[in-house]
Amino acid sequence: MADKLIFELVSPSALLASEEVDMVVVPGADGDFGVLAGHAPVLSNLRAGVVDIHNDGQVTKSLFVEGGFAEAADGRCTLLATKAQDVADISADDASARLTTAQEAGAAADENGKAAAAQEVTVAEAMVFAASNRAA
Amino acid sequence: MANLKELKTRISSVKSTQKITSAMKMVAASRLKRAQEAAEAARPYAERMERMISSILENTAATEGGSKLLAGTGAEDTHLIVVVTSDRGLCGGFNSSISREARNRIRDLQVAGKNVKLLCVGRKGRDQLKSEFNDNILETYEGIGRSGVTFDEADEVANQIIGMFDSGEFDVCTLVYNKFVSAITQVVTPQQIIPVEINVAKETTKGDEAPASEGPIATYEYEPSEQEILSELLPENLKIQVFRALLESSASEHGARMSAMDNATRNAGDMIDGLTQTFNRTRQAKITSELIEIISGAEAL
Repeated sequence: MADKLIFELVSPSALLASEEVDMVVVPGADGDFGVLAGHAPVLSNLRAGVVDIHNDGQVTKSLFVEGGFAEAADGRCTLLATKAQDVADISADDASARLTTAQEAGAAADENGKAAAAQEVTVAEAMVFAASNRAA
Repeated sequence: MANLKELKTRISSVKSTQKITSAMKMVAASRLKRAQEAAEAARPYAERMERMISSILENTAATEGGSKLLAGTGAEDTHLIVVVTSDRGLCGGFNSSISREARNRIRDLQVAGKNVKLLCVGRKGRDQLKSEFNDNILETYEGIGRSGVTFDEADEVANQIIGMFDSGEFDVCTLVYNKFVSAITQVVTPQQIIPVEINVAKETTKGDEAPASEGPIATYEYEPSEQEILSELLPENLKIQVFRALLESSASEHGARMSAMDNATRNAGDMIDGLTQTFNRTRQAKITSELIEIISGAEAL
């Protein structure tokens, strides 16, 4: 097996994960990308989506992040995410409820609130998607 | 000698005050511990964010002026001061030292002919500045950190600041808060957050991990682009700075309250000792004088 890399997930209130993994698939703003040990140094924005942690050819953990930043360098991959949670903890009902609220808020929002509401809709959509895809 | 009864009630009232202050001290001590842990937990995020920003700044030093948050508006006419205090009192000089600093700052700026706007986090700061600068206070946030400071609260304050900055309401933004040094020491710290002070880059390269990553830093790839990352990273950094200030301030508040209440408890103890002594003396004097009266009465017969 190839070398491992250190994966870290940090939120403003805590260091959520710090472990050795084989590969991390990160939802970058321009598309998902996998990070293996020895990856070239990269800085990227994240979109709302699922971070998959691979070990021994299998996804061992999936985490949902609502945007943030990723840095890969020196055999480590650091994610800065304002909000993150285990995909297994997402309730499909909660996610779709959030989407509905977000869509309603988007419809009611004025010019200034539009962007924020659209952002919230994107996050909620990604959450619903993550919840529905989890079993597969 | 009706005085004896008065002394007794006095002693019992001081005793109950002492009970209250010592209970408040205990509460403050346990809150302080939690607040301190929260402040420490927030550190990794802030450190990594600073590292990212400094690595981008090193690469994009030439393209300065891309973001207003970084370069400022080019003017310094209107200053926004964010005054971070607590909602509740009984914490020694915690709030008054902040408002003193804020007041001095406002006066200096006004003398220099600048406009000053105020954003108060915490009710006490607003109360203390209201009499003099009521017209300058734009908004007050209350109830922050009642059950521990959360990132959402910092987010709300920071979004307000960014919103105001984007609509050109001010040029320079400074946070004034108590930095936590230890349970008995808090330092009033003014920190400029807009435009971002350049020493951010210098400070972080001195960090412990810097030597190892010094080489590859220059060769980062940026996805989608440096400017786009920077445009998201800078507001995020601002939120973190606000979050940090709130955390520091909350830890300081509990520390200050703890030592204030410790003093109060000790003072109450001294007072009780003094009062008890007076009480005993008065009682003895009373007994003595009653004896003399009885004896002299008996002799007269």
